[in-house]
Amino acid sequence: MFPFVLEKPQSTEDAIAAAASGARYIAGGTTLVDLMREEVEGPERLVDINKLPLGGIRVEGEDLVIGALARMAEVAADPNVQRLQPLIAESLIEGASPQLRNMASMGGNLLQRVRCPYFRMLDAGCNKRTPGSGCAAIEGLNAGHAILGTSDHCVATHPSDVAVALVALYATMRVRGSKGERSFPVEELFRLPGDTPHLEHTLLPGELIMEIRVAGGPHSHRARYLKVRDRASYEFALVSAAVALSIEGGVIRQARLAVGGVGTRPWRLRNCEAALAGKRPERQAFEEAAQLATQGARPLHHNQFKVELLPRTIVRALEMAGEVA
Amino acid sequence: MTENPSESHPPGPIMSRRETLQATAGAVALAALPPLSATATSAPALDTNTVTLTMTVNGRAQTLSVDPRQSILDVLRETLNLTGTKKGCNQGACGACTVLVDGRRIVSCLTLASMHDGAQIETIEGLEKDGVLHPLQEAFVEHEGLQCGFCTPGQIMSGLGCIAEGHAGSPEEIQFWMSGNICRCGAYPGIVAAVADAAGRT
Repeated sequence: MFPFVLEKPQSTEDAIAAAASGARYIAGGTTLVDLMREEVEGPERLVDINKLPLGGIRVEGEDLVIGALARMAEVAADPNVQRLQPLIAESLIEGASPQLRNMASMGGNLLQRVRCPYFRMLDAGCNKRTPGSGCAAIEGLNAGHAILGTSDHCVATHPSDVAVALVALYATMRVRGSKGERSFPVEELFRLPGDTPHLEHTLLPGELIMEIRVAGGPHSHRARYLKVRDRASYEFALVSAAVALSIEGGVIRQARLAVGGVGTRPWRLRNCEAALAGKRPERQAFEEAAQLATQGARPLHHNQFKVELLPRTIVRALEMAGEVA
Repeated sequence: MTENPSESHPPGPIMSRRETLQATAGAVALAALPPLSATATSAPALDTNTVTLTMTVNGRAQTLSVDPRQSILDVLRETLNLTGTKKGCNQGACGACTVLVDGRRIVSCLTLASMHDGAQIETIEGLEKDGVLHPLQEAFVEHEGLQCGFCTPGQIMSGLGCIAEGHAGSPEEIQFWMSGNICRCGAYPGIVAAVADAAGRT
């Protein structure tokens, strides 16, 4: 691990000023410490934000507001989260291990780096780690990689589970930088790799995630997260699906759908959502909508199975959500 | 050779298994060392920047001077000589380094000590009280929740967390909530039985 200076600012303003001048934020550290030890990352200054007042979970009207420093385990176990947005709790528990969920913050979860093995392999080409060095995954072992949103420069998936749920729930986030605050949909945090895969998110230098806001609605309780993976727990998704349905008079009024494990960012499927609106929540409608999910898919040598697994996962998740009383 | 020197030991200075191993390995390493001029190193320049912090480890306050890069795991093992906590993967995947920090189970390899000034840490060494094993330790012995034993301290500390969190209600629940601890010997049935047994006793 390269040497660094650890800064412990007492105020959010001081933290933002430090980060705006080049320091890196650290909260749980579950991604960053690991990558620093591997020398994939080598920040010279770290800003420990854990003492800042950015934790906690609160309810404002029908909105659930989750502080950026709230830990994954804390959010998953929170009675208000379980009551108002059970999809968030379900997706969190499916991610990582109990120890890591006790450590990892919600803001850090959204900003975690990819799990592509070549990203960590210093002698392999990786445009995300070393721009211009190529992508070893495209011709390498790529069973875990993306089929949607890829480019000739990067095919890594975004690894978060809860980000998929937040995108499906149209969650927004509030960030603060040296020029003030702004709010935007969580979906807009994530960039497509294009020809600049080293740029992963849309935060400006020094911007700090303050909180995540999730509006409640009739869809919030017909919402499920299905994660398909090589092990029953503690494994990244091959394919996952977050589904929230609002059903009135036996007809789907609105479907919300996002998938993980297949996209270079948490992947909302607007075409599938549109196809489900106005349909009865039945298997045939689910299958017809799910077939649209792989439009534009670019499978690689080892991950062609995802082209079949993705619609199947969506159908099963829709059935699970439809079965919620 | 015995792990616990107080049980029985030959006359003369007491040497732990670890010290014996280190002394032996040191001799081998010295013998194998090439001439000094040939040992070019790519390690980063020594950083003199240290952080002073206080941590309470197994009920004892410790004031420590640490390199900001040191994990809690490394401070426990290398500075405090508490080698019960094991370094398995050193990347947060295996759970062998699990300890409780402020009552919550975490992987100590991914936790920088310098970020935990004032923390309360509990390790496997703190469980035995007055020569009596903790009920979960007893349960691991009774149910043979181990073979080689390397993962056991992490399994037990994680098991304490699992029980305290209320996730030890059934074998299936224990399997899911203990999945952050890998056992390469495959002693999982015994581990699950031990956690279930101890949860039932408390």
